[in-house]
Amino acid sequence: MKIHEYQGKQLFKKYGVPVPRGIVAKTIEEAEKASAELGTKVTVVKAQVHAGGRGKAGGVKVVKSPAEAKEAASKILGMMLKSPQTGPEGQKVRTLYIEEGLDIGRELYLGLTLDRATSRLTFMASTEGGVEIEEVAEKHPEKILRESVDPAVGFLDFQGRKLAFGLGLAGDTVGKFTRFCRALYNVYIDTDASMVEINPLVILKDGGVVALDSKMSFDENALYKHPEIVALRDIDEEDPREAKAKEYDLAYIALEGNIGCMVNGAGLAMATMDTIKLVGGKPANFLDVGGGATREKVTHAFKLILADPAVKAVLVNIFGGIMKCDVIADGIIAAAKEVKLSIPLVVRLEGTNVEQGKELLRNSGLAITPADNLRDAAEKAVAAIK
Amino acid sequence: MSILVGADTKLLVQGITGAFGSFHAKQMMEYGTRVVAGVVPGKGGQKFEGTVPLFDTVDQAERATGANASVIFVPPPFAADAIMEAAASKLPLVIAITEGIPVNDMIRVKRFIQGTNTRLVGPNCPGVITPGGNCRIGIMPSHIHKPGRIGVVSRSGTLTYEAVFQLTRLGLGQSTAVGIGGDPVNGTNFIDVLKLFNADPDTDAVIMVGEIGGSAEEEAAAYIAKEFTKPVAGFIAGQSAPPGKRMGHAGAIISGGKGTAAEKMKAMEAAGIVMAASPAELGSTLQEAVRRGAPKRK
Repeated sequence: MKIHEYQGKQLFKKYGVPVPRGIVAKTIEEAEKASAELGTKVTVVKAQVHAGGRGKAGGVKVVKSPAEAKEAASKILGMMLKSPQTGPEGQKVRTLYIEEGLDIGRELYLGLTLDRATSRLTFMASTEGGVEIEEVAEKHPEKILRESVDPAVGFLDFQGRKLAFGLGLAGDTVGKFTRFCRALYNVYIDTDASMVEINPLVILKDGGVVALDSKMSFDENALYKHPEIVALRDIDEEDPREAKAKEYDLAYIALEGNIGCMVNGAGLAMATMDTIKLVGGKPANFLDVGGGATREKVTHAFKLILADPAVKAVLVNIFGGIMKCDVIADGIIAAAKEVKLSIPLVVRLEGTNVEQGKELLRNSGLAITPADNLRDAAEKAVAAIK
Repeated sequence: MSILVGADTKLLVQGITGAFGSFHAKQMMEYGTRVVAGVVPGKGGQKFEGTVPLFDTVDQAERATGANASVIFVPPPFAADAIMEAAASKLPLVIAITEGIPVNDMIRVKRFIQGTNTRLVGPNCPGVITPGGNCRIGIMPSHIHKPGRIGVVSRSGTLTYEAVFQLTRLGLGQSTAVGIGGDPVNGTNFIDVLKLFNADPDTDAVIMVGEIGGSAEEEAAAYIAKEFTKPVAGFIAGQSAPPGKRMGHAGAIISGGKGTAAEKMKAMEAAGIVMAASPAELGSTLQEAVRRGAPKRK
C-alpha cells in the first residue's frame, strides 16, 4: 500500500526525521493561504499523487509569493499528471502540498528496503540525488553505497557514519545524518513499511539534513497491525477494479487484452497469461483467487472479470491444492447464473475433488467448454473469440 | 532415498486443529505420513482424530514423540513465532505453509534460525512430498504424484502441481517435489534444493520452475553451470507480465536491474537448462533435457 508524500512526511516528523514545514491544500484558495502562512520568501507547490517523476511532469512549482502559489495551484490541481510511473492516461491531481523553501547545499539519495539476497533491510545512499536513481544503479553501481542492517541489533551508528563519510559529508552533518538514518529505520520497522525512499535528501547550507521528498509503501500482509496506516489509504489513487479486488482479498491487475482469466496461485496465473499470449491471444487481466477461496470470493472474482467490457471470453484455470475443485465449480456456476453470462467460458480444473467439480459444471445447464490442460484451455479461449 | 523428507520423517503439526490445518493433517495421514504429534497451546493432553496426541509446546511434543520435522499451519500473525519455536526445539526441518506472514517478521525468523541446524522450507509454499516414502508434508493434491526419479523444485505452488501432474501423465515419477514458496524472504532457495538433488543417488533429473522478481533463478543458473551433474528442464512464469506501476525504485536497484523473465531465461539457457516455452510443456521439456543429458560444465 502506498501513501502520499505529505502523509509520509507526517510519519517522518513523528519519528524525528527532519522534514520541511508544509501545509496540505485541497483548493486554490487553500494553497494561497498556505503559502502566506508559511511566510518564507520562496514556497513550493507540489502535486500529491502516488507516483514519482512529478517535477518533470509539471507537478512541482517553486513560487515567490502567495499570488504565484495561487496561480501555480490553479494549473496543477485537477491536471492529469503523466510521468513514467503513472501509466499513459496519467493520474488526476486532487491534493497539493505547500512547503517552505529551503537553502539547499547538496541533493542526495537515500532508500531503505529489503535486499532479497541477504534477507535483510538495506540502506542505499548516493550522491546522485534528485535524478533518476535507476539510471545511476545501471550506469554507475559504484556510486550507490549500501549498509545492510542486522535485525537482531538494528541500525548502528557506525553504519550511519560509514554512509555519511562515503557521501562526502563532514562536521556536524555526519551526526545529523546518522540520527536521520536511525529515525528512518525506526519508522520503517514500526510501521511495517516495505520501502522508504527519499529523493532528494538535502544537505542545507547550514549543515542540516532534511527529507525534501518522501515515498513510502507498506507490507499489505502487516496492515492488520496498523489501523493508523490503513487510515492513510487514498482509494482515489488506486485502479477502481484493483481496489474492489482488494476488498475481497483477490489479487487483480487490469491489462489490455480481451480474455478474462481466473487462476489460483500467482505463478500459475502468470503462466496462464503467458500461455494465452503464446497461442496468439491477449489476457485481459491477472487474477489470483489465492488459497482457501470461498464460494463468495470466487463469485466476486467472476463479477470483477466480467465488469471489464473488453472481455470477450473467460478462461478459468484452477489447479486445486488448497482449493477444492467442487468449491470452484460452485462459485463459477453461481456467478455465471447471477451475471447471466453470455460470453464463452472455458474451464480447466485439476486437483483435489476434480471429478465432483467437473460433474457440477456438466450438470449446471451452462455453456461451458471444458479443457484438458493449460495449452488446450488457452487455445479454446482464443478460438472462442474468433 | 529422496531429499528432505521420507519414510523416516516423524512429523508434528503446528496448528493442527484449525480448519486448514486439520483438513490437511487428515490428508497427510491418509497418504501415509507419520503424523506423531500436534501442537496447539492450551490443548495439550487432547487427541486429534482420536489418535494424534496434542501438546502445548513444541518442546514437549518433540521430547515425547521424537518428532524430527514440523509443518506450520498457524495463521499469519502467529506463524513467525511458531517457526521460531520449532527452531528453538532444534527440529531439523520446518515447513511453513502459512500464506501472508509479514516480511519484517520473516526477516527476524531468518536471523533467528541462522547458525542453527534447522532448515526452513517456505513460508507460503505447498510443502514437500516424497511419493516413494509415502511422505506428504503440505497441501499438494496427493493423487497427482507417483514414486520415481525426477526432482521438482518451484517457487510457485500451483506450478509445482502442474509440473508433477505432467510428469506423472508421461509415466515419470518423482523422487521429491519441493515448493520453496514465493515470498521475498524464505528459508530454502533453489540452490539449497539443487545441491540436495545433486547429491541424491535416486534423483536422475530436475524440473526447476521460477518466476519474475528477485535474482534467485540467476543465482541458481550460475550454480548449475558450475556444479550440477544432472539434466535440468526449466520454466519462468511471468513472461507476459507488463512492468508494474511502481512508486519507488528501491526494489529495482537492490536487484541490480535483474528480475525480468527474459533475463532469467537467458541465464538459465546459458547454464544448459532446457527451457519450456509454456508451462503446458514442462513434462515434455524434461524428457528433452534427459535426451540431451547433463549441462556441459563451464
